[in-house]
Amino acid sequence: MELVVLIKQVPDPEKNAGMKEDGTLNREESKNIVNPYDMNALEEALKLKDQYGGKVTVISMGLPKAEQALREALAIGADDAILLTDRKLGASDTLATAYALSQAIKKLGNYDLVFCGMQAIDGDTAQVGPQVAERLGIPQLTYAEKVEVKDKDLIVKRVVEGGYEITKSSYPALITVTNTANEPRLGTMLSIKKAHKIEIKHWDAAYIEADEKKIGKEGSPTKVKKIERPEQKGQGIMFQGKLEEIIPKFFEQIKKDKINLKGGA
Amino acid sequence: MTEHKGVWVFVEQNDKEISRVSLELLGKGKELAGKLETKLSGILLGNEVKGLANEVIAYGADKVYLAEHKELEHYRTLPYARIISELIKKEKPEIVIYGATTTGRDLAPRVAARIEAGLTADCTGLEIEDYEDNKGNKYEKTLLQKRPAFGGNIFATIVSPDHKPHMATVRPGVMDMLPKDTNRTGEIVTVEPNIEEGDLAMIIQEITRQKKSVNLADAKIIVSGGRGVGSPEGFKIIKELADYLGGEVGASRATVDSGWIDYSHQVGQTGQTVKPDLYVACGISGAIQHMAGMKGSKKIIAINKDPEAPIFKIADYGMVGDLFQVIPKLIEELKKV
Repeated sequence: MELVVLIKQVPDPEKNAGMKEDGTLNREESKNIVNPYDMNALEEALKLKDQYGGKVTVISMGLPKAEQALREALAIGADDAILLTDRKLGASDTLATAYALSQAIKKLGNYDLVFCGMQAIDGDTAQVGPQVAERLGIPQLTYAEKVEVKDKDLIVKRVVEGGYEITKSSYPALITVTNTANEPRLGTMLSIKKAHKIEIKHWDAAYIEADEKKIGKEGSPTKVKKIERPEQKGQGIMFQGKLEEIIPKFFEQIKKDKINLKGGA
Repeated sequence: MTEHKGVWVFVEQNDKEISRVSLELLGKGKELAGKLETKLSGILLGNEVKGLANEVIAYGADKVYLAEHKELEHYRTLPYARIISELIKKEKPEIVIYGATTTGRDLAPRVAARIEAGLTADCTGLEIEDYEDNKGNKYEKTLLQKRPAFGGNIFATIVSPDHKPHMATVRPGVMDMLPKDTNRTGEIVTVEPNIEEGDLAMIIQEITRQKKSVNLADAKIIVSGGRGVGSPEGFKIIKELADYLGGEVGASRATVDSGWIDYSHQVGQTGQTVKPDLYVACGISGAIQHMAGMKGSKKIIAINKDPEAPIFKIADYGMVGDLFQVIPKLIEELKKV
């Protein structure tokens, strides 16, 4: 099977460099990791490759340093890696990003399944997957917890509000994968060694024949107006010390504030 | 662009029951429509769901676009996306909002890509204001969409001034629904569903939904346990206090991920957003993503061993101590009152 996995390099939430003045992320300064959900997506693709053979191609769009994310995917067992990188692609919102990624997939030619993580942990939008599917004109199976291919049928267990559903569809299709789907594998000595020999291809906007009106700032309908830190309300009243002392104090205080615990505040 | 008019809410229904977030959005939608001096419409798709149309009106809609077909019985991306995209192109609404449920987050981006509209995910605030961009272009009464990012570390305000409709998904539990008014009247517009064969490429073989045993969204009192609870058994005392206060049991993500308690109890960015009258946080340190989901509570009591725990920064009353000692004392004292 021809399997494509879209991965995103995201700032490590533990080491966040914050925002630039224009309200976009300071991606240059941040420590980065592969979006964790994308590792679940890669794992699903690798499982299908183990079962049916074929090839796993990882694609990422970002700054040249996103190569690092692709390297990681190669080390785990992906066969080929493409980095979509071009200044013209900068400041793309989800619509423009999805357009560029779909152009890259079209350039790749044949594919059976496209995998993404269910969302990226920086933006948490979960929009790029469905938008790529639309641009490619293929069905989408979001929030997938289990993926099976049986002949011409794709069977996917999807997490839905309050439960799950089992779906059957044709493919090519695009699947977004949850973090409960699997435990991503680690690289082996062999796969890591093999990965070193693979050259990461760099593709630009011209190569994927992108319409320049549909990428970057111009191709992005949404704009960031402002970024703010959530306001914090002032610290309340603290009760600290011996339990037998603080409990009566606490009850005295809430009585004074006319709070009836049993009826809510 | 000026021809775009009206505020639309996608009305999500499962098994002929309107999802709560859709009712919340009708409440918000009515407010937005009022500011824009326009009408609020609900978009209702399903199989034999005409009976729900009056409910959509009772919760604030002036108009309901109703599409019924047996292939629309359960939500599926492609037929729903086609009907809604075509309706948007034909009727040109100014704003379309969806609940940020698994369905809304599956559908809205598909529609947005098809009609090439801007879409903002998982909003927690929507306002109508005049907007001026950094080139000095002025836009009257545009939609400001506020959303958390980076796990709630920051809030971004998003606009899409040059594209209409403005579209957004909105987090459940954030907006307030209006009281049901069965005397309200409205117009029901029947939409002939145009479904193509290719739209049926996916079929649903089985759906399993558990009836929700916990109702955090409506709870007046919530007692939540965090990592400090230590084990599944540790939740017994949380439940005891919740029962005693007549509240529901909530939980932090850490406890759900550890398998100590079911996901349906989870409060926070990836769980339920809550705003009860009283929230008692027990053994919860206060990860930003948890606080994002509960800081709208009217009063917050925090119990934690660590006096430096971030939860104390947003608590009205902070008790420093071991929850396994503090809670039994609280219950004992409550019994006296």
